[in-house]
Amino acid sequence: MKFELSKPPVVDALIKLVTGPDRGAQVQVLFRALGLPVIGVLVFMVFWSVAASLIDTSLGKFPGPGAVWEQTVNLYEEHARERERAEAFYERQRQRNAEKLAADPHAEVRIRDYTGKPTFVDQVGTSLITVMAGFLLASAIAIPVGIAIGLSSTLYSAFNPLIQLFKPVSPLAWLPLVTMVVSAVYVSQDPMFSKSFLTSMFTVLLCCLWPTVINTAVGVAAISKDLLNVSRVLRLNWFTHVIKIVLPSAMPMMFTGLRLSLGIAWMVLIAAEMLAQNPGLGKFVWDEFQNGSSNSLGRIMVAVIVIGLIGFLLDRAMLMLQKRVSWDKSAVLR
Amino acid sequence: MTKPYLQISQVSIEFPTPRGPFRALDKVDLSIDQGEFVSLIGHSGCGKSTVLNIVAGLYRATEGGVILEGREVTEPGPERAVVFQNHSLLPWLTAYENVELAVKQVFKGRRSRREMREWIEHNLSLVHMEHALHKRPDEISGGMKQRVGIARALAMEPKVLLMDEPFGALDALTRAHLQDSLMEIQAELNNTVIMITHDVDEAVLLSDRIVMMTNGPAASVGEILDIDLERPRHRIALADDAAFNHLRHEVLSFLYERHGRLEVVPLSSGRKKPRQDGQSAVARGAMR
Repeated sequence: MKFELSKPPVVDALIKLVTGPDRGAQVQVLFRALGLPVIGVLVFMVFWSVAASLIDTSLGKFPGPGAVWEQTVNLYEEHARERERAEAFYERQRQRNAEKLAADPHAEVRIRDYTGKPTFVDQVGTSLITVMAGFLLASAIAIPVGIAIGLSSTLYSAFNPLIQLFKPVSPLAWLPLVTMVVSAVYVSQDPMFSKSFLTSMFTVLLCCLWPTVINTAVGVAAISKDLLNVSRVLRLNWFTHVIKIVLPSAMPMMFTGLRLSLGIAWMVLIAAEMLAQNPGLGKFVWDEFQNGSSNSLGRIMVAVIVIGLIGFLLDRAMLMLQKRVSWDKSAVLR
Repeated sequence: MTKPYLQISQVSIEFPTPRGPFRALDKVDLSIDQGEFVSLIGHSGCGKSTVLNIVAGLYRATEGGVILEGREVTEPGPERAVVFQNHSLLPWLTAYENVELAVKQVFKGRRSRREMREWIEHNLSLVHMEHALHKRPDEISGGMKQRVGIARALAMEPKVLLMDEPFGALDALTRAHLQDSLMEIQAELNNTVIMITHDVDEAVLLSDRIVMMTNGPAASVGEILDIDLERPRHRIALADDAAFNHLRHEVLSFLYERHGRLEVVPLSSGRKKPRQDGQSAVARGAMR
């Protein structure tokens, strides 16, 4: 398969602005692509500052853009300080161990883990790992299931009521059950994953399974009858039929499902972490809320923006993946 | 008496509907010799495609059956390759890959990789597509897509080539080009072909025999017309040929006088003329 890399319109316009003729048209393109969004953000900032200054809470004024920026810097500096402290902690241990070994070569030495409080950046990392694990596992289940029930109307009739029943269930309803089951089933002396990670991940999995299952099934069921006839005339075996005919033609619908699933996974995860006090962005928000300092609202607002930004980037990543694997380069994907 | 190569024997088919079974075909009987080019012609909805689908094995006849070289047809298979009306190429594969899928399926283990590649290229050059081997269907024209569809079917080395209105969706000029290509290929390979068409000129130009079907429901073979025009045939010469025009007239009078659609399904406006598909395709083809 060929991949053609096309320049984004903004870059293209910038290049033409420098090199090419017809500068006026390029300025217009740039204004549409860059100017208008910037104006939109600025207008929003003004409204936000004005509205924030009018709201008084028990924790002080609602944070405006300035306060939020301050907290962003704060959170990053806290993270950097914590890292230094951890590094120093490990350095001390290494030195002590080296001294011990110098005195007695047979001494037993070990490095203890640093037990400092996870910083904002750590929480973001935890959340990302959890969401990806839950989403990938859900996809690994949902795509084969979707293909199976898309191919067979019998299976579809059998499973459709269950799918419709479980699809609208809120993550918060699953959470207590998942927590109890994980505690009961996952018993190990030397656990590879922490229980909180598994709880969050399975809750995410249960909630983001359905869009992929449904959309894959619809995509598979909608394969053109002519292509099915081609497959029958060629007597393709089941496996070749699925790989060569079913998967490529269901690909666009499958990606629609995957993108919906990833969006849901991210939303569900934050809620699950918040309720279950599992490490991650949700816990960060809840901790700040409980903390109740004058900075708390600003820090929560930083989390809100980061959550939105990550959700957006995850969706863009899926879109890029879809563009890479899509055979129909003329299709407009957005 | 020798057994025919392909025999469609007393084939009837009923489709279940909420108001009871619908009998689309009633005792269709037809024998075809090896190397013969047979056209099925009839009004829309008369069950031409159903006959073809039964020969292909895509439908099972309710009564009767199809026998090819002494064996009954029970399922679809590459020895009865089909050229579908709307090309049915896999849109995510190039012309070459589309043919390759068929060739690999049919000749797996029997031919080397190089032989297969040469065979794919040979078939695509038969339909004059060697210049666009690596183009995907959305990058080529409708006529070119149909050419690739024909190459794919030919590459399976079918015992019978089934064509379901292969040129129906094309404009008249492209259609004439493809008809000429098909005659060329037929002169070289001498395949056994069943072709469905709406186009009287196409049927007379290409066929050894034209099977004219009565109107449905319960359609059957009406008349069979032998086309004893000499080959190779040239559309421009034939346009002015008395024998050709006489045969055309035979088909037209069957379709519009003896089995006119108007007698069966009264149309709301009585002034509507009967359909005369592609009546002047030869004349239009001659302009190129």
